[in-house]
Amino acid sequence: MCNVCGCGEGEVRIEGDEPGHHHHHHHDHEHVHGHGHDHDHHHHDIDTDTHDYGKGPARAHAPGLSQARMVQIETDILGKNNAYAAANRRYLAERGILALNLVSSPGSGKTTLLTHTIEALKQEFPVAVIEGDQQTANDAERIRQTGVPALQINTGKGCHLDAHMVGHALERLQPKDGSVLFIENVGNLVCPAAFDLGEAHKVVILSVTEGEDKPVKYPDMFHAADLMILNKIDLLPYLQFDVDKCIEYARRVNPSIRVLQLSATSGQGMDLWQQWIRATRQVALVGHAASGEVG
Amino acid sequence: MHEMSLCEGVLQVMQEQAKAQGFSRVKTVWLEIGELAGVDTEAMRFGFDVVVKDSLADGATLEIIHLPGRAWCLPCGNEVRVRQRFDACPTCGGYQLQVTGGDELRVKELEVE
Repeated sequence: MCNVCGCGEGEVRIEGDEPGHHHHHHHDHEHVHGHGHDHDHHHHDIDTDTHDYGKGPARAHAPGLSQARMVQIETDILGKNNAYAAANRRYLAERGILALNLVSSPGSGKTTLLTHTIEALKQEFPVAVIEGDQQTANDAERIRQTGVPALQINTGKGCHLDAHMVGHALERLQPKDGSVLFIENVGNLVCPAAFDLGEAHKVVILSVTEGEDKPVKYPDMFHAADLMILNKIDLLPYLQFDVDKCIEYARRVNPSIRVLQLSATSGQGMDLWQQWIRATRQVALVGHAASGEVG
Repeated sequence: MHEMSLCEGVLQVMQEQAKAQGFSRVKTVWLEIGELAGVDTEAMRFGFDVVVKDSLADGATLEIIHLPGRAWCLPCGNEVRVRQRFDACPTCGGYQLQVTGGDELRVKELEVE
């Protein structure tokens, strides 16, 4: 089985594939359609149909005995995802695209933050979004209402996006040169930390309704992120949240993490976040043809 | 988390090596698992048996080599033993630690035929 795209376990689906369509992946095993699955409501009412990654490879048994011997392997088990991530990173660099991997627990306000951010920035440069959820295309549909292209990945039983899924999504989405690509990961403070998608930065979003010690309770995620957004600050008057303590915890697990405090709904702090995106995008465009064209 | 998926990764490594190195059965697998790799050993053993059933490694013995967590402490300049990521330095209590060992997740070698 492919431990990266999860075929053989769960049902990874990328919006826009037709049923009965065989995906031609660059890795060599066959994909078979029509495996039985538990839920029927995976079909999106939005666009088109979904594609199941399906079952894994037939296992080859080579007959015959040879002499017992030792074989040195020294192979890193997670190497595959890193290789796919590196390919994604190259693809994005060639096109001067800034990719940001947004991570958080479910309910931190990622999608709302995204829709408000897109409304503010979409006139300045092209924007595209890859959405990750176990099921539904709700988030991609919300994003599309802002007028920018969005693609939904449904991971089925999966708890995080991986680089292989994102690679396929990029092929489908074809983000424009010089665009900003937001990847909204599955809501989960644990697993996405371990899976490089090829992004320029992981941005961790923590809302003030969550408890200020989250950074030390989920250290891998806060260590993996370069920027922490403290969201929903408009609610601070109604909560016992200690902002300074939270930032101190975040800096303990990641001394170089940057912190922005904002409220997507009230607009407070949003201009600094947009400035960070603009500045980071400029870095992504250095040396790229698109840097001359777009502001 | 994901021990089952990691075992699938181990199986894939074995299948690729079987083609490359010309063997058909695996009798023993040695995995190096670092203390800081976040892998549950029991879940790994369980997953392994399930995943290799009917494969070239069906019935193979799984040997796990545990590698200790080590980090370089910037404040006190020592290499120290750590059992968990983001623990304080056992010598000086500081948190500026750089992991130097114990995050491995490798198929080390195989006994094949």
